[in-house]
Amino acid sequence: MDTSIGKVAMDGLWHNNTALVQLLGLCPLLAVTTSTVNGLGMGLATTVVLIMSNVTVSLIRNVVRSEIRIPVFVLVIASIVTAVQLAMNAYFHGLYNVLGIFVPLIVTNCSIIGRAEAFASKNNPVRSFVDGLTIGLGFTIVLTVLGSMREAIGAGTLFSKAYLMFGEAARGLTITLIHNYDGFLLAILPPGAFLGLGLLIALKNLFDRRAARRVAERPEIAVTAPLSTG
Amino acid sequence: MKNNAAMMRNIVWATVILALFAVVGTALVSYTYEHTKARIAENERAALLRSIHAIIPGSAHDNDMFADTIEVPASPLLGTQQPVTAYRARKDGKPTAVAFTVIAPGGYNGAIKLLVGIFYNGTLAGVRAIAENETPGLGDGIEVDRSNWILGFGGKSLSNPAGSGWAVKKDGGIFDQFTGATITPRAVVKAVRDALLYYRDHRAALFASKTAPSAPTGTSH
Repeated sequence: MDTSIGKVAMDGLWHNNTALVQLLGLCPLLAVTTSTVNGLGMGLATTVVLIMSNVTVSLIRNVVRSEIRIPVFVLVIASIVTAVQLAMNAYFHGLYNVLGIFVPLIVTNCSIIGRAEAFASKNNPVRSFVDGLTIGLGFTIVLTVLGSMREAIGAGTLFSKAYLMFGEAARGLTITLIHNYDGFLLAILPPGAFLGLGLLIALKNLFDRRAARRVAERPEIAVTAPLSTG
Repeated sequence: MKNNAAMMRNIVWATVILALFAVVGTALVSYTYEHTKARIAENERAALLRSIHAIIPGSAHDNDMFADTIEVPASPLLGTQQPVTAYRARKDGKPTAVAFTVIAPGGYNGAIKLLVGIFYNGTLAGVRAIAENETPGLGDGIEVDRSNWILGFGGKSLSNPAGSGWAVKKDGGIFDQFTGATITPRAVVKAVRDALLYYRDHRAALFASKTAPSAPTGTSH
């Protein structure tokens, strides 16, 4: 097994992507991705929590007995989420107002306890940090792309309300793709989230299959690989 | 016997660790709370001030509304159990409008805090949601940043619409509900109507000349 940091990062971002492969954290994924800014904000908040919980769980992994590890992880994650929620309310008030109830609900995102249990409880803090960062960024990218798709199709804009996140200077960031667009409500409503996510998963599978075929069509790699290990 | 003792030790040890993490977790949360509560209160106050300026037009008053406040006792019509601060607008010494917060208790996800501005004659200057936890994409349409719905209260009063008109369309009234969200608008409409009822009965008290010492602000430390 390749245990390099690079492998951890690639797994987090692509091969083991929370949203596209593990299909975890669907509640926030489907609910808040009505716009680019919402998706980005939610993704970044989740990333911060993932990093903090992964590192904490990794640090305490040898202290906590396996019988009580799950309640301890829940305690750790709930405390971190509440602290992050308070900090966001104090220092990023606009963004906090945008995300509303979904900030405290990060605690129920199964990808967080999933990474604590599957990765951080078995790996050192550095690797757990990289895992938290890349899993979080992989999640953020999918949320942002899905949010952009739904906003573009549903409202005909991109980056609307960006000032809520980046301050008044970002008011000009909004891109109107289609003027006088009536909107396509389906994309904003929950079914739009499912359809969008389905399309993204299909795209990723298509890409992976193309990549696999390209490798298979190059005989020198296919031949040398078994030799070197055999 | 030996097994029992070992098991007891395990249970005690597990309990101690769990309790320890509960204490550490609670300590982290209370520490963060202590260090952020002043800022959070200040953020909410700053947002409130911006909202007041947005609903009471500058031409309607020449006084400093944030200095001219009064505390009115709690009332079921205001949806709170704590005294409410009312911000009064006056022009040439005559009362023109008042703004105060009310709580709409029946939101889809907890209480919704609204700022209501009422002109002296009883028509609404405007309404804004200042704190809510409604479902993003559905119920949060009550926020002015999300939709124009809440602006529809401007100019309304207890006689416009009269009686049963003060409800969402689904309930036979004149106010739109949102696609997929009726509970949130229904709660807001009721809270605004209650605020108008309160104003009708307490106008004299709201504009009473005594100025409260000062509006409670976030403690600075």
